[in-house]
Amino acid sequence: MSQTTAQDPHHIDVKEFHSRARAAIADPKIRQNFRKAMDGLMVKRQDAFEGWDLEALRDLGANIRLRALANLPDLLEALETKLTANGIRVHWAIDSDEACRIVRDICIARDAKTVIKGKSMVSEEMELNHYLKDQGIEALESDLGEYIVQLAGETPSHIIMPAIHKNTAEISELLHEKTGTDLSNDVEYLTAAARLQLREKFMNADVGVSGVNFAVAETGTLCLVENEGNGRMTTTVPPCHIAVTGIEKVVGNLEDVAPLLALLTRSATGQHITTYFNMISSPRKPNELDGPEEVHLVLVDNGRSSIYQDDELLDTLRCIRCGACMNHCPVYTRVGGHAYGTTYPGPIGKILMPHLIGLDEGQHLPTASSLCGACGEVCPVKIPIPDLLVRLRQESVDGDKLNPAKVRGHGAKRNALEALVWKGWSWMHARPGVYRFGTAVAARLRNLQPGRLGGWTKYRTAPKLAAKTLHERMKERGQ
Amino acid sequence: MSSRDTILSRLRNRSGGELSEPHCDFTVLQRPSSSQAARVDQFQKTIEPVHGEVHRCTRESWIAQLVDLLASRGARSLLVPSEHQIGRALRDCGRDDLPHMLVYDEPIESWQAHLFNEVDAAITSTRGGIAETGTLILWPTPDEPRLMSLVPPIHIAVLEASEIYTTFHEAMLAQNWASGMPTNALLVSGPSKTADIEQTLAYGVHGPKELIILVIE
Repeated sequence: MSQTTAQDPHHIDVKEFHSRARAAIADPKIRQNFRKAMDGLMVKRQDAFEGWDLEALRDLGANIRLRALANLPDLLEALETKLTANGIRVHWAIDSDEACRIVRDICIARDAKTVIKGKSMVSEEMELNHYLKDQGIEALESDLGEYIVQLAGETPSHIIMPAIHKNTAEISELLHEKTGTDLSNDVEYLTAAARLQLREKFMNADVGVSGVNFAVAETGTLCLVENEGNGRMTTTVPPCHIAVTGIEKVVGNLEDVAPLLALLTRSATGQHITTYFNMISSPRKPNELDGPEEVHLVLVDNGRSSIYQDDELLDTLRCIRCGACMNHCPVYTRVGGHAYGTTYPGPIGKILMPHLIGLDEGQHLPTASSLCGACGEVCPVKIPIPDLLVRLRQESVDGDKLNPAKVRGHGAKRNALEALVWKGWSWMHARPGVYRFGTAVAARLRNLQPGRLGGWTKYRTAPKLAAKTLHERMKERGQ
Repeated sequence: MSSRDTILSRLRNRSGGELSEPHCDFTVLQRPSSSQAARVDQFQKTIEPVHGEVHRCTRESWIAQLVDLLASRGARSLLVPSEHQIGRALRDCGRDDLPHMLVYDEPIESWQAHLFNEVDAAITSTRGGIAETGTLILWPTPDEPRLMSLVPPIHIAVLEASEIYTTFHEAMLAQNWASGMPTNALLVSGPSKTADIEQTLAYGVHGPKELIILVIE
């Protein structure tokens, strides 16, 4: 049984990462689907940046995001003022629950029964579909990948390509079973079938819900990046559009969008640009003939203002959600997106999710990395992901006395014995005499070292101490 | 305290203190100046691999070329702007081999099903193009509403060669977008597509299956 069908996606124990990872690694189909996709994406990204001064572009991207974060409260207020003047209503939500309630209340006020959705990771974070269903409101995903994942009763396994864990045959079977299409490996046929099914839904939906890629304070503009046109449908056809976004998505100037867009699409899928870049600044004006009469923006905090307090952790909020870090991650490529059990998988998930769910719940996330550094090297806005992983590892064991841990649930992995060992290690290293004596004794006793060290020696031979310490060797060489 | 005030006060009273603002150097986006012909070439070269179909025309030839293109696809109906010169020229050209023409002059609510099910093609103007990414700039208006370029299976866009910029950054500065944005501004780079099924490209998933660009030189 694959990792993806085993559980109700809404009640996943994040702490069970290891067992899910083991199951995924043992599933050749999952490994094949991810390996194939990620290999392709890495090459495409590299090709897309050909001819660019990539370092200068990444510097610009990073600085734009840092500048926006430096002015975050001012920009959010400016965005609110501008959007309100444009006729877009702005709502603030401290957490997922409040954000869900805001969406529900807008739906109730409009007597809305059906919601069509464009792709939005924040709405996944909110578990909005689940919530609306409980309230008697049907929410249907319209991005093809999200539609497939929703039909399967799953969650996305990648933030850009939600159904990447499935191959064509699996999708064909799913569509056949759930919607009555013919079994076929013809992707054109399957896509055309979904187009027909969803067009009907667009025409009849009461509300469209979308995410936001960039919110521009200067002009009061919500920008959406997409290829399918479902984002445009969602934000144009239903009489009411609700956009949901994290508070960190705001940028100062319209000009800032150009380099961020250039970085986003090339990093994500290796495209110079996506088919559509949709910039919305107002609801339908009196003389206009289409577009929603009502547009809302829900600004969601959900832990972001806590991340914002710390100079180092703050870098997490630079993210523009391209997914390049997961595409290049050796761990993600092997275990796939569902093993993490979190809304955002892969490296960005490992540094973001502990803040959203607490470091106790997400204690295994920062350790699911070889610290190879690939994620940091490809990040279009230069988030030092490996450094943040190390920081979170320290926080999870309360391992830095000079810089007390801050993240909710810190210290959850602290183990008294391990702490004592490191305390001893630190004590010894601060005393040269004791250190020399200790290493000399250890070198003499090297033959007593155990040959088996639990999991470590399952696939490796145990390391052995050298017969002489470095100090002894240097002494012999007369230095 | 409202959630708004709570969030803003947390951000304002940041425990790490005030953040410094880095300098943003946009020179990496600058490109050497190029000729109009080079920009048209680059535009065509970039949009064709993503199935944007480019036809170079003149002010005299575009209608004849359009007639052929629509005939080859068996289009029976064509949505045209009512005020824009493109719509006027088509209605006044006197050709009887054009498909049945209709205009979008009523709110969508009164004819949604017809637009979704009966209209084969729509022709719109553009506000320019972007050579580097093979992109059309569209600012829908009451004369050319938003769904015109989205719902019919074929979208034909008329692009003036003189209005092709090299980059998006250059276009938004030259047209001074920051001074005021329309209800909806769009960058369109090819027909609707998806790769959500095993990364296999398929065109026409929710929007137009075909994007035909008439470049007026």
